[in-house]
Amino acid sequence: MATLDGKCPTNGPIEKRWEKHRFDMKLVNPANKRKYKVLMVGTGLAGASAAATMGELGYNVTCFCYQDSPRRAHSIAAQGGINAAKNYQNDGDSVYRLFYDTVKGGDYRSRESNVHRLAEISVNIIDQAAAQGVPFAREYGGLLANRSFGGAQVSRTFYARGQTGQQLLLGAYSALERQIDAGKVEMKTRHEMMELIVVDGRARGIVTRNLITGQVESHLGDCVVIATGGYGNVFYLSTNAMGCNGTAAWRSHRKGAFFANPCYTQIHPTCIPVKGNYQSKLTLMSESLRNDGRVWVPKSADDVAKAAGDIAEEDRDYYLERRYPAFGNLVPRDVASRAAKQVCDDGRGVGATGLGVYLDFADAIERLGKKAVSDRYGNLFDMYQHITDENPYEVPMRIFPAVHYTMGGLWVDYNLMSNLEGLFVLGEANFSDHGANRLGASALMQGLADGYFVAPYTVGNYLARVQPLSVTKDLDRDSAEVKEARREVKGRLKRLLEVDGKKTVDDFHRELGKLCWEHCGMARNESGLEKAIGEIAALREEFWDNVRVPGSNDSVNPELEKASRVSDFLELGELMCRDALERRESCGGHFREESATEEGEAKRDDENFAHVAAWEFTGENQVPIRHKEALEFEYVKLSQRSYK
Amino acid sequence: MKLTLNVWRQKNANSPGHFETYETPDDINPDMSFLEMLDVVNQNLILDGNEPITFDHDCREGICGACGMVVNGEPHGPQRAATTCQLHMRKFKDGDELWIEPWRAAGFPVLKDLMVDRTAFDRIVSAGGYISVRTGSAPDANEIPIGKETADRAMDAAACIGCGACVAACPNASAMLFTAAKVRHLNMLPQGRPEKDRRVMRMVAQMDAEGFGGCTNHLECEAACPKEISTDFIAEMNRDFVQAMVRSRQPVTKPG
Repeated sequence: MATLDGKCPTNGPIEKRWEKHRFDMKLVNPANKRKYKVLMVGTGLAGASAAATMGELGYNVTCFCYQDSPRRAHSIAAQGGINAAKNYQNDGDSVYRLFYDTVKGGDYRSRESNVHRLAEISVNIIDQAAAQGVPFAREYGGLLANRSFGGAQVSRTFYARGQTGQQLLLGAYSALERQIDAGKVEMKTRHEMMELIVVDGRARGIVTRNLITGQVESHLGDCVVIATGGYGNVFYLSTNAMGCNGTAAWRSHRKGAFFANPCYTQIHPTCIPVKGNYQSKLTLMSESLRNDGRVWVPKSADDVAKAAGDIAEEDRDYYLERRYPAFGNLVPRDVASRAAKQVCDDGRGVGATGLGVYLDFADAIERLGKKAVSDRYGNLFDMYQHITDENPYEVPMRIFPAVHYTMGGLWVDYNLMSNLEGLFVLGEANFSDHGANRLGASALMQGLADGYFVAPYTVGNYLARVQPLSVTKDLDRDSAEVKEARREVKGRLKRLLEVDGKKTVDDFHRELGKLCWEHCGMARNESGLEKAIGEIAALREEFWDNVRVPGSNDSVNPELEKASRVSDFLELGELMCRDALERRESCGGHFREESATEEGEAKRDDENFAHVAAWEFTGENQVPIRHKEALEFEYVKLSQRSYK
Repeated sequence: MKLTLNVWRQKNANSPGHFETYETPDDINPDMSFLEMLDVVNQNLILDGNEPITFDHDCREGICGACGMVVNGEPHGPQRAATTCQLHMRKFKDGDELWIEPWRAAGFPVLKDLMVDRTAFDRIVSAGGYISVRTGSAPDANEIPIGKETADRAMDAAACIGCGACVAACPNASAMLFTAAKVRHLNMLPQGRPEKDRRVMRMVAQMDAEGFGGCTNHLECEAACPKEISTDFIAEMNRDFVQAMVRSRQPVTKPG
């Protein structure tokens, strides 16, 4: 077990470190930039903004996405907003406060230097997006509006109705399309990265599958940037899009990139409950709803079958307000989710499955009027009614936690480069910044910070140190490593098609999801995790023996795409459980039942676990190696999070 | 409930297509989304050794714009203001017979079954659907005040998800509503004004080059739009276009 170096600058005051680091970085001469090629995988907020910015700087960028258009990446579904330390509300916000809140919210499992940089950059993102024409909500005077979000004590969240992710992504996408028009970015839609090409320890290219023709192609360049989002779909049911997958990250991991903190998964408290086993995905309701909605369940398990309106006020348990009087319904996501699980475990959950709690707007409607509530949340109420066929103005919503975001991801240093030279990882795909729990409205911030304002510098710093492929010409499609990578991919696809078993890909995916949700979901314990590790390995074996993938590899074949992704999830899921098993403490989204206070709150173990766990792949069905990166806290004092 | 589905099957862009008839299992749940119903049909097709029905889909919460099929002649089916993934089976009755087809338009060639190629939309955006602002060169966001009414109206236009239902609904397969939404979102904002003329001329030229038809005011696009984008934007785009033509007095070409 080696100790990893995150290469964070440690000299000087924290607010000067990024600036100094930028100055210390090498620049590529403008005339030389066009000699380099950047391979960008993924076109969400991080990928699209990085591709656009690097194209604009003069690099040649080839950009890949599995969707039919870069505009459809799943960043588009983010509803609530984006944080920035603008302090436009004069309510006491500052870069330092955003930094502090983020480190604390992440339960002291992130790097101070990274988080401070994120908070600094947050203000530039809003400027950039507004200049691009992102239609943020505004006040009558024409200035930008803000709201408080996800338990923050200040109003620092910028939003565009309930479609903030969509509008920010369309901003980044428009910048990307501008570079496509200018000939600096070549866009390859409906291409999925299947393999990373590593030569002498350096990432030099990728292998993709063309999802229309099935063609397996190699692409070479001077660095590879992965911005492919998180791995929440390992749970089968999540708020992720159907196509979201961990393949690019996992294939890179298999080629040597360390995977950090895979057990840090975020379970979002306000989703529409599961209805039946046919269900294909879960729908999130923006957590801004908790600003005015009150969460409750019946005090007695005998009342769960009653209609909500028939349960008297004194028979209701507003459990978040009761347990956390200071924060009430606005406690962070991990705390709210766990509390919902606990009341449902008590048998007090509501709805047909018993897996739901009420989110009630009756008080808000009485206090503010129906119109004001509709102005704030109209589109969310409509969405809820649309899906459930119930009117939330009349009966309380029912909500339940669902997998939403993964804080874990490929390990990167301060420069967002993995331990493999030339492999950069941005946005949700990397592990940095959010620690063990992400605060609301911080995902959009991190994706765009990485893409617009960090990677363009740090990738350039790397490129300045290497000779471009266009000059060295030391690698082409016939080089041994490149041919081998293509051969491996073709072999794997052929193998998937040849099994011709009796169960569909979805059957396996559903079983994997159930195992992960049960044993590596909102609460985890040693025996459950050990059981899950064994059962996932068995399921993986059965998959390769009994999966049925119809069709062939020479045309559109969505089942083959899914099969390939699920085969990777079957490995990733095991690593997630292994990481959860080894982290014998509770922190953020990772709750180990063995590590709780007497009141049942999460208890960290800073003495033994104030570190990043970064896993090294050692071979198929082999036990991976757990490396550590120690986390130092100079500015934020470690304390037990309390929202009471 | 149980339904009969007549589904358009087409091997690839170069093959002719045809309808095939499938019976759903009889336990279709009214709470299922339309796509979940197709998932169930597909699972059975796979287990019976057949190829499942191919269709585009991704977020399944009505925002990515990937899904879209014509159900009984209506793009995205009978539910107003909803994408196909947000259409629920409770909209149908036990025993209904449905006809399910891909978007049909010269600008959207069929790739397989219900999946079409919509990259024409990306090329229209690439022709000018942006504001040229270098990363890092933006002024403070509050330096350009924008009245709430303007910001809200820009948001109304920007809500377009690029699904293509407007084209599928139009008897001329026109992409005017899509293009107008993109043009007007940016043209009505102060940040977008410097490139206003060039934007509308280039985007309209690209739209025409992609083989989409012209607008003859059927307004079917607005009725089919899952985000209820208003056709007022088409009128406004026409105004922008005419003004730009008058001002420019030069042929619309790609610069450089």
